[in-house]
Amino acid sequence: MSDFVLKRVVALLLPFVQMFGLYVIFHGHLSPGGSFSGGIIVGLGMIAFSLVFGLEKGSEKLTERTTTLIESFGTLWYGAMGLVGVLRGSSFLMNKGSGVPLGEPGKLYSGGLILLITLGVGLKVASTMVTLFNALMEEED
Amino acid sequence: MSRNIAAFLLVCIGVVMFLAIAELPLYGSPDTPVQNYVAERYIDGALSDTGALNMVASIVIDYRAYDTLIETTVLFTSIIAVFLVLKKGIN
Repeated sequence: MSDFVLKRVVALLLPFVQMFGLYVIFHGHLSPGGSFSGGIIVGLGMIAFSLVFGLEKGSEKLTERTTTLIESFGTLWYGAMGLVGVLRGSSFLMNKGSGVPLGEPGKLYSGGLILLITLGVGLKVASTMVTLFNALMEEED
Repeated sequence: MSRNIAAFLLVCIGVVMFLAIAELPLYGSPDTPVQNYVAERYIDGALSDTGALNMVASIVIDYRAYDTLIETTVLFTSIIAVFLVLKKGIN
């Protein structure tokens, strides 16, 4: 697709789309949304870029190696956050009981490990969307 | 003949289904079996237990963190399956 209007509109919209996705991920413990929905918004921003500007330019911005790394380490990050509870002498994936400071409810830093876990899962979901899209689109040529 | 028998059996199954549906509690009524101590515990203690205002996030990532952990593993497995079936150059 090489339409001028489409390219300009997408180039104008994409920063806001990505910003909104990151906002949904980072405020998952405060407002509706969370890791899965925010990650899908971020991933769909990348997919829109690849659709309009072509698959090659899209994979230049976000290489396959990067998505594979995020994909693999997203789940491991979750497990590592679970091990925080074990290291502090509590059970696996324990949040409050392991003595993690919970913060003040309503502030950005609250909910202990929830924010960190949401960040990892959100990035993983985004890279999952992009990887699925790339794998399905590469088959056509 | 066999068609008639099949139709009769289907009608019987349908009657049983409708009887079961008639026994169900109304949607959202307060005396359903779902509204037990678990839901009360979540509603009362979610804020003090996790410190997160979004109760869905506190249930998904704190109370039921194992569920979400395996859910991300399911995503990972699906990507591996897609790579195995669709990706070129992997032998």
